Amino acid sequence: MSNSSSGNVGIVIVSHSSKIAEGAADMVRQMVGNAVPLAWTGGDTDGGLGTNVAGILEAIEAAWSTAGVAILVDLGGAETNSEMAVEMLAEDRRARVVVCNAPVVEGAVIAATESSGGSSLAAVKRSAEEFYA
Amino acid sequence: MHDVNPSRASDAFVPLTASTILVNAVGLHARPSVKLTQCAKRFTAKVELSLAPDGPWTDAKSPVKVMRVKAPQGATLHFRVTGPDGKAALAAVLALVHDGFGEA
Repeated sequence: MSNSSSGNVGIVIVSHSSKIAEGAADMVRQMVGNAVPLAWTGGDTDGGLGTNVAGILEAIEAAWSTAGVAILVDLGGAETNSEMAVEMLAEDRRARVVVCNAPVVEGAVIAATESSGGSSLAAVKRSAEEFYA
Repeated sequence: MHDVNPSRASDAFVPLTASTILVNAVGLHARPSVKLTQCAKRFTAKVELSLAPDGPWTDAKSPVKVMRVKAPQGATLHFRVTGPDGKAALAAVLALVHDGFGEA
């Protein structure tokens, strides 16, 4: 897990595989740089493939920014667990966290690119979702 | 007809255009596209690029759209910049492309 504090929108990567999540985070750091708070989580609590709500909550905390946090997910459970994690946040934070409908690797790079320019959470989400537009 | 672009600041400015050749080996792939959009976003001016002098124009602040241009090495990139800091924006993107996005 990595972090960098700034007023830019934070990016959280959630994959069933910790290797995919970590690798996607590596791509973001190399391609976009360190101006964006970034955290990743992957795997279930036993270290197998899966996702877990506690890990996602930790990642949101690690990437927290007053500008908000955009979450990129891969398949099914990653999305539902991310939504569950968002539900568990304090009310004032809940509205500032969104799950993006975008491919996890490409979406993370694009979302971080948008965030690195100081864009709003809505703009970051919109840009990541351009992949499916 | 009014310009429908939301950045109304660009309404009163004449577009500046310039072109340069894409020199870096991989062309306008993922990493260069990210660098170009990050550069363009530093300016309030509207920044667009095209492979032909008469368009179609692509929003240079959108990494997804820039990657879709799939400009190869050797392609001529045309830029059209409109806004109060257009001159500086144009100089910045041209310098970035000219320097091969720092990738040699």
